Amino acid sequence: MSWFSRLRGTWRRDKLDNDLDEELRSHIEMRVADNISAGMSPRDARYDAQKRFGNSTLLKEDTRETDIIGWLDTVAGDFRYAVRILRKNPGFTLIAIFTLALGIGCNTGFFSVVNGVLLNPLPYRHPEELVTLGESKPNFTNGSISYPNFVDWQKDNHVFLSMAIGRDYGFTLTGLGDAEQVVAKLISSDYFSVLGANPLIGRTFAPGEDKIGAAPIVLISAGLWKRKFASSPDALGKSLILDGKSYTLVGVIPEVFDLYRSAHPTDVYVPIGQWNHPGLNVRGAGLGIHGVARFKPGVTMEQARADMERVTANLAAMYPDWDQGIGANLIAFKRALLGDVQPLLLVLLGAVGFVLLIACFNVASLMLARSTGRTREFAVRVALGAGRGRLIRQLLTESTLLALVGGGLGLIVAHWTTRAALKMLPADMPRAADIHLDSHVLVFTGAISLLAGILFGLVPALKSSDLFLSDTLKQSGRGSSGSRHRAQSIFVVLEMAMAVVLLVGAGLMARTLSRLWDIQPGFDPHNVLTFSVSLPASMSEASPDATRASYRAVGDKFGSVPGVEAVSASWGAVPLGPDDEQLFWLDNQLKPSSEHDMNWTISYVVEPDYLKVMRIPLARGRFFTAADNEHSPRVAVIDEVFAHKFFGNTDPLGRHITFQQGEVRTEIIGVVPHVKQWGLDSDDAQQLRAEVYVPFMQLPDPAMKLAASGTAVMVRSDGSNAGLFDSLRLANRQLSAEQVIYGAQTMEQIISASLSARRFSMILLAVFAALALILSSVGIYGVISYLVGQRTHEIGVRIALGARRLDVLNLILSQGAKLALLGIVIGVAASLALTRLMARMLYGVSSSDPLTFVGVALVLGLVTLAACYIPTRRAMRVDPIVALRCE
Amino acid sequence: MVRPKNDVLQGTLALLVLKSLAKGPMHGYGITLHIQMLSKDVLRVEEGSLYPALHRMAQDGWIKAEWGTSENNRRARYYNLTVAGRKQLAEEEKSWARLTQAVAHVLQYA
Repeated sequence: MSWFSRLRGTWRRDKLDNDLDEELRSHIEMRVADNISAGMSPRDARYDAQKRFGNSTLLKEDTRETDIIGWLDTVAGDFRYAVRILRKNPGFTLIAIFTLALGIGCNTGFFSVVNGVLLNPLPYRHPEELVTLGESKPNFTNGSISYPNFVDWQKDNHVFLSMAIGRDYGFTLTGLGDAEQVVAKLISSDYFSVLGANPLIGRTFAPGEDKIGAAPIVLISAGLWKRKFASSPDALGKSLILDGKSYTLVGVIPEVFDLYRSAHPTDVYVPIGQWNHPGLNVRGAGLGIHGVARFKPGVTMEQARADMERVTANLAAMYPDWDQGIGANLIAFKRALLGDVQPLLLVLLGAVGFVLLIACFNVASLMLARSTGRTREFAVRVALGAGRGRLIRQLLTESTLLALVGGGLGLIVAHWTTRAALKMLPADMPRAADIHLDSHVLVFTGAISLLAGILFGLVPALKSSDLFLSDTLKQSGRGSSGSRHRAQSIFVVLEMAMAVVLLVGAGLMARTLSRLWDIQPGFDPHNVLTFSVSLPASMSEASPDATRASYRAVGDKFGSVPGVEAVSASWGAVPLGPDDEQLFWLDNQLKPSSEHDMNWTISYVVEPDYLKVMRIPLARGRFFTAADNEHSPRVAVIDEVFAHKFFGNTDPLGRHITFQQGEVRTEIIGVVPHVKQWGLDSDDAQQLRAEVYVPFMQLPDPAMKLAASGTAVMVRSDGSNAGLFDSLRLANRQLSAEQVIYGAQTMEQIISASLSARRFSMILLAVFAALALILSSVGIYGVISYLVGQRTHEIGVRIALGARRLDVLNLILSQGAKLALLGIVIGVAASLALTRLMARMLYGVSSSDPLTFVGVALVLGLVTLAACYIPTRRAMRVDPIVALRCE
Repeated sequence: MVRPKNDVLQGTLALLVLKSLAKGPMHGYGITLHIQMLSKDVLRVEEGSLYPALHRMAQDGWIKAEWGTSENNRRARYYNLTVAGRKQLAEEEKSWARLTQAVAHVLQYA
């Protein structure tokens, strides 16, 4: 049939229907007249005429369905009917929609997160060609690259199109409004060409401009451009005062090219050669410099690794003192960016998928239970001439309607979920900026809700239409096919099993977190605030003694702020924060000829009150005093790991070590307990754990010159000053308007952040497990209610024949218990297999932790019993007279 | 729905309707009578099949319907063959002849 006549048909819908009615009526009248003239009674004549038509409504539908409007009209009819049916059963409808909204909503919300982090392509050209570079050395798999090594790598390799390095840095920006701290990156010239970034205006750095001694130039981010120059192109060529030095602005970089897109976006990019660090030209220096490189077309990771092995082996032969044992560590860019988040997100995505499946099973089983109640309705409709296809379509319409409403509400839930997830997200979650509900996610939800509609609509639809009409009508709704009951039971068992898996996962994460919280970090994080202070730029030219004087003034000033109990500068490592290491040798050794024969230790450069700030107890000897200053003999305090590793059972007090930096012989005057520098869980597994404390004021002069740009400060307060940081800021301004303090974090925040990925996954798993538990108990409640409803008659007979209430209780509860037990057994087996996938996220608890498994089984068992309680009570109260008379 | 055994063979209904209309306009009831009479009561057209078929043929443009008055002064819908309908009739007659010949051939020689 041509589309044209169909279309024309749509205009004539009403006329058509009238025509058809009248035509059929005239046909019947003619047959009646003929029948009468053939000798039939008028009554028989009419009956015969009508019988020949069979079902005149069906006929009309068949005739009309050749029209598209007819088809649409039927759909609209189905739709209206579905709405009516669903409104007539508000309990069922609400539960079904609620179930779906939660399932779809959580799924979409979480998919948004995964989509943002894992699936969205990186904003760089051909990101698959990018790798990150680091030096692999004895204590670090992905350590810092020294500048001279980078230059040689760049020159000698055959596999990279381009290679660049960068290092995070902080500058004090002055001359444009208030002095402020800006986040900076020191980069080599190729940095942006490796990433494939073009400046918004101006240019990037040209080759050679990153050399030491080149003219000072700077690139800024679009954000800073807007903030300081109102995005005016006139900004090009202007000068920016960073740490008191003037840099010429040559270009603006779009925000998306900020490499790690962290909470603190980069504001300025400066050629690395501008860095006045004396270590920059030292081949063995570890200055926190990391690289990024782009493969030549067609080069594989293996080829690149092999080539870099050749390059680094040559360098090791040429500079054995520095490069012995140093290799290149290559990590695919996306993996490096995502770090350990990928398995976590995939585990959670799996969990969320389970919840959606449970939701769908639940609605399917609800639909099944209900379609049983409607058996008679369907039988009657078939008897009245409804085709099988029409019935299936009717049921599908109902379930699709449910799925669409559920999906729509789910979208709202998803909006909340995404927002909540973003709030809970670990602050350092990579690419958090990419997470929002976007069109991909919308399509995903749409697909899921339609799929769910068809999935749970189909089973009941197929079953319902498979009716033996006469049987059903005869049975008057009593007793029904066992297969439907079986399907429902299978759904419930599967739901239970999935709930077990989720509960076990959540349980294991909860146990892990409680284990981790129990770990003592080696200090008391309560009421400790860390932040950075940067001295005025003019100080960079000052003498080390002037710097020391400034810091003494800073310490005194902060110490006088109300609520502050103790203050210490911290130039080296910060527990669970940035680390810092020193090479040294013991006093019974001569100076080793190569660094490989020296020892590494984590170093904390602090002031006398540091132990008070951190509440680290003293194990032996003494800690520094103000008398241990630049004029007195060098002293150090070591931790117990250091003592055990280097002095065994002998007394370390009074022994000497010599640091490579400055080559000063230093006396060990005290021992303190170990601090978990590398994190609560991973510290024990680290190679480098020895720790040494040296007085800040005894920093060798070259190091003190570097410290003039700024240092970290740690403050213990008594908790009485709510606006502590503001008070500190005020005190700081009183010292100098050009002096900035920034980056405040409490030690508790730092510890909490180190657990945030796990806490995030535990919260989510717990939410999903709770959802699964609720949904599956609704499921088992539905099945048992249905069973009781089916067996009311039987129970009545049993009671009439003398069965006690207790027997009835057993009868019903054993049904529920059987389902629950089967679900738990399957779930436990599945969990044993699946939790192995999350072994890496666990700490101090095995992935088959018996306590968790037994606990989960018990919880689920109890919940099942509770869910069975109401229908069981109904069964026990069956009045035999009523039950029998009902038939 | 149970169909009488002598119901018109599926697929031949269109041919029979077109052929009946070739003689002149007819209403639905007339078509059933016409076919039943000419086939000597062997072929019976089910009302349930006839009207959907007529509707379909009308939409395909083979026939046209208009209201008229029957022999007994009753309002009835008359169907006319269109030019396209005549072509279709010729086609269907040809293919029917081919089919019966082929069947006869098989019966004779198989």
